[in-house]
Amino acid sequence: MPPLVQFVLQLATLILVLAIAYRPLGDYMAAVYTGTRHLRVERGLYRLIGVQPDGEQSWPAYLRSVLAFSVVGIVIVYAMQRLQEWLPWALGLPAVGESLSFNTAISFVTNTNWQSYSPELTLGYSVQLAGLAVQNFVSAAVGIAVAVALVRGLARTRSGTLGNFWVDLMRGTVRILVPLSVVFAIMLIAGGVIQNLDGFREITTLTGAGQTLPGGPVASQEAIKELGTNGGGFFNANSAHPFENPTPWTNMLQIVMMLLIPVALTRTFGRMVGDLRQGYAILATMGVLFITSAALMTAAELAGAGSAPAAAGGAMEGKEARFGIIGSTLFGTTSTITSTGAVDSMHDSYTAFGGGMAMVNMMLGEVAPGGVGAGLYGLLVIAVLAVFLAGLMVGRTPEYLGKKIGAREIKLAGLYILVTPALVLIGTALSFAIPAVRNDVTSTSIWNPRLHGFSEVLYAFTSAANNNGSAFAGLTANTPWLNTALGVAMFLGRFLPIIFVLALAGSLASRDRVPATAGTLPTHRPLFVGLTIGTVLLVSALTYFPVLALGPLAEGLN
Amino acid sequence: MTTISTRHPAAPSRAGAGTFSPRQLLRALPAAVRKLDPRSMWRNPVMFIVEVGAALTTVLAVLEPFTGSGAALVPTFTAGIAAWLWLTVIFANLAESVAEDRGKAQAASLRSTRTSTLALRVTGYDEKTDAGAQQSAVTEVSSADLRLGDVVVVSAGQVIPGDGDIIWGIASVDESAITGESAPVVRESGGDRSAVTGGTRVLSDRIVVAITSKPGETFVDRMIRLVEGAARQKTPNEIALNILLAALSIVFVVVVLTLGPIAGYSDAAPSVAVLIALLVCLIPTTIGALLSAIGIAGMDRLVQHNVLAMSGRAVEAAGDVTTLLLDKTGTITYGNRRASEFLALTGVPASDLVDAARASSTSDPTPEGTSVVELADELGATVADAADATVVPFTAQTRMSGLDHPDGGAVRKGAVSSITAWVAETDPLSDGLAAELDAIVTGVSSSGGTPLAVAVRDTYGHARVLGVIHLKDIVKDGLVDRFADLRRMGIRTVMITGDNPLTARAIAAEAGVDDFLAEATPEDKLALIRREQEGGNLVAMTGDGTNDAPALAQADVGVAMNTGTSAAKEAGNMVDLDSDPTKLIDIVRIGKQLLITRGSLTTFSIANDVAKYFAIIPAMFAAAFPGLEALNIMQLHSPASAILSAIIFNALVIVALIPLALRGVRYRAVGASRILQRNLLIYGLGGVIAPFIGIKLIDLLVSIIPGF
Repeated sequence: MPPLVQFVLQLATLILVLAIAYRPLGDYMAAVYTGTRHLRVERGLYRLIGVQPDGEQSWPAYLRSVLAFSVVGIVIVYAMQRLQEWLPWALGLPAVGESLSFNTAISFVTNTNWQSYSPELTLGYSVQLAGLAVQNFVSAAVGIAVAVALVRGLARTRSGTLGNFWVDLMRGTVRILVPLSVVFAIMLIAGGVIQNLDGFREITTLTGAGQTLPGGPVASQEAIKELGTNGGGFFNANSAHPFENPTPWTNMLQIVMMLLIPVALTRTFGRMVGDLRQGYAILATMGVLFITSAALMTAAELAGAGSAPAAAGGAMEGKEARFGIIGSTLFGTTSTITSTGAVDSMHDSYTAFGGGMAMVNMMLGEVAPGGVGAGLYGLLVIAVLAVFLAGLMVGRTPEYLGKKIGAREIKLAGLYILVTPALVLIGTALSFAIPAVRNDVTSTSIWNPRLHGFSEVLYAFTSAANNNGSAFAGLTANTPWLNTALGVAMFLGRFLPIIFVLALAGSLASRDRVPATAGTLPTHRPLFVGLTIGTVLLVSALTYFPVLALGPLAEGLN
Repeated sequence: MTTISTRHPAAPSRAGAGTFSPRQLLRALPAAVRKLDPRSMWRNPVMFIVEVGAALTTVLAVLEPFTGSGAALVPTFTAGIAAWLWLTVIFANLAESVAEDRGKAQAASLRSTRTSTLALRVTGYDEKTDAGAQQSAVTEVSSADLRLGDVVVVSAGQVIPGDGDIIWGIASVDESAITGESAPVVRESGGDRSAVTGGTRVLSDRIVVAITSKPGETFVDRMIRLVEGAARQKTPNEIALNILLAALSIVFVVVVLTLGPIAGYSDAAPSVAVLIALLVCLIPTTIGALLSAIGIAGMDRLVQHNVLAMSGRAVEAAGDVTTLLLDKTGTITYGNRRASEFLALTGVPASDLVDAARASSTSDPTPEGTSVVELADELGATVADAADATVVPFTAQTRMSGLDHPDGGAVRKGAVSSITAWVAETDPLSDGLAAELDAIVTGVSSSGGTPLAVAVRDTYGHARVLGVIHLKDIVKDGLVDRFADLRRMGIRTVMITGDNPLTARAIAAEAGVDDFLAEATPEDKLALIRREQEGGNLVAMTGDGTNDAPALAQADVGVAMNTGTSAAKEAGNMVDLDSDPTKLIDIVRIGKQLLITRGSLTTFSIANDVAKYFAIIPAMFAAAFPGLEALNIMQLHSPASAILSAIIFNALVIVALIPLALRGVRYRAVGASRILQRNLLIYGLGGVIAPFIGIKLIDLLVSIIPGF
């Protein structure tokens, strides 16, 4: 089959499956976050943690809850790693080092799931299940909760509250993520993903040589890894590992899983603000960016120059033969553009432009469709900026969904778009500016010299600050500098934007609603979709063009 | 209600406006250079960054020959960059100065009304014993020394020393200094025409005026400060835009600061001068330079329309208005009703009715009466000799007027009930006729008209009703189109009238307004505004009477008529010197145009960055990575010429856009989507393309310079 037909068929399958799930899942999530009844199990848990589930929170209270919950999560995961040797089912593995524990704890609580380590050689079942897997669920639920709070801010009028964080967290976990994970874990097991608690098993291969095969509760981890756009693999090879992702079929399933919730949340958004068209416009923005990006990355890989790629029909280095180029680039695009960061092929081995696209996907700010919740709130912030410029151009004080966009909203949206680029650029620059660090980075961390080595560092900070978690695998990140710097980047890259988003939500919620007239800029038409796409591209392109020129562009054009 | 100015809204503008000429740039140059003072520059963060960059490159250019280091691409390169950065800052200041200059010309013409005059202040004024201040002692003081509450006497030929209310007397006043209108107006104590403005001249009679404003704080004073830019406070949208521009600037500062070490890894670190050039090209200098000029020019346009605004905020709010309250009388219709047709009863020849109607109105001096005569003459009425007839004037008791002939005959016209009663005195109406009359009357009323019955009594004493005159409110010409425009702009128009709902509905339909408030009292008006505002609407209205004051204060945009009372002027946030209530529509346009100009130039400014990147990035790094030369799609001559050309373009585009900033982006009354489409195409797409062409052309020139 010609590659173009393959690409179109796979993309069409993906769109079809998502389209089927879109309405029921989106409406279900809207019902989950607007319902007033509590499940018995939820009531029990509320009593346990001492939360009054019917009390509404103002934005500062909501924010305090998010931060407190997350910081406690970081402390717990950190402590578990440091105390690993005393924990049961640790597979005899020792305590994890300080900087690595710091990095990993932040990584999983921020929904980044950057892994500076080789999981099967570092973490036993106890930390994997009680520490990381729990965070896989709740960090995703936190993301959705923040997005829902922002949507409520847009939906409510003259309101001082945004809902209750603990209720949103609980419902997201209990009613959405856990049930979906169970269903998809079973589908993965059916597809051949392993699920056991066997530890390491010695086998003798056909040639007579001995080999140690790791076991583990992989399918259950895998389900939430993709559904919660986490991306932290059970194995170092992540979804390239045959135990995590055995067939092209599971590969497609995993792509669907990564996109499922972020895409359906646009429906939830439309439902909650009472205008489904607004949700479609946001979805269209995400869709156009996604499809364009997937096409570009695939084209770059198919065109991979050199004699080996020519013989293989494309740049096959670092890709699994069972997925092929299309299966790899579609997975790679999805993973980098949803802030999942899972990989079924090594992005470091992609062509310069293909790897550059992976970076660009993250640099777009993880909004197409982005991480669970995070993608929606990210794109809504961009939409606020787009509305501001467009609103001025039609001669009215700009408004989005009837909410006037004033100085405070612009200040918060401006700060939001400032955070990640600043973290990426400053982190990368410091890695080369401080002489001692520069020595460490160039001698220990960077695998490839020159331009590609620079791209590895840039990729790492881009991935961390955007809470993606994928890596240009060539980089050795388990060093004190990178563990610490990337840890800080992940932490600030997650929580500073959340602060601004919740403040924005609070400010919007308190505002009056302006009735729509012929003078109002409609925000559900193709024109506005185009404008939002333009804003996404402009904000990221203008910020990252010089560094991209020094990395992938320089490499690819030379 | 209001005195309607005969001036059309688009009448000749005030002094100082008009088209933009390059000579204005030259005149504004000294002020622009003075504005380089960092203490005033820091208020504009974007241009402040450029100034710091300019200072830094200047230092580098001076040091270069001594240190020898950083002698970048071409020996004169750093000096060239420094020079053009200074020019960029000066051009930005120039834009502001030109706008201020034009404002100053306006201010000067306003100020000429305010020159200090002698005032005759009454000492110990007592309204009870000596309201006319005929006996009280007066002292001569300078108008500048007048205080709030002082009472002055102004006689024919004297200039009114300050804003105030007439508390005694009546006078004709020449207000041309303020309004440009040469016809004198009548001002009298009590009622809605008691306000006088300082600087206007009393032409006849003598009045006593209570001063209502402190010296230096009159409406005109505030307006002068606004158009001069001195008291210009940033409006809400301008503040928000400034924040966005600051955020973008910070992003680019981070980009440029981190680029040094990052490029250093590949041994491609650019020189400081090049980095500064990149920064200046990226930060939104175009809009940063023009922002305050746009604001000042917006105020200026308002003054050209003879409207004084209390604040820029009010102008901006005008652009946001979603509900427009318009008084029916004087705004939507001409002040007076006019006869539009004669409706004869069955069996009455039409000419009889026309003749009788004319006869009944010959001695009726009211506009209604005149209009009846005019219409009758048009229809060919026979003019009866009425020289010896007795005029029966209209009174509130009889509610009719007409003529009594010496031979016993009589003709009457008036309210239908009065006329039927008058007829019934001698000959009661037959049921058939009464029903027919009733049908005609209802028809006229329901179409929004006022019916007047006409009856005659012959010499034998027999009276009969002839028919009905249809008096009609005439909707002003062109208003229907303007309301259609407003609807396309998304503005709902509500007509306010004291008429009954039936009449109001008919006129509302004819004028094309969206809604009406009938039998409106000032309280109703206020309640309506509150209701609209609770629904999230922004309300604009005009008013002139004291009882309009609460509503004017409550409205988001309250335009007081200059002929109105001081109370109304104080309560509103704008004053229309022409006292033309339809001016509200122009004010809304000016408000919108202000926002559109800001938004469009911001988009243009940001879109420009794309081309600048394609000029500068290859120039910066192509030496280290020859492959990046592929990004040099403009085929610029050399790295040095590419960077310098980008900087020159960046500076020149500011000058090129000054006329647009002052004039404002064209605004047409169409839906939001179409406006956005148009402006995105011109300023978004144009903003991407224009610099590619501009930089290429400049590069062709720069490449001629030896060394580049």
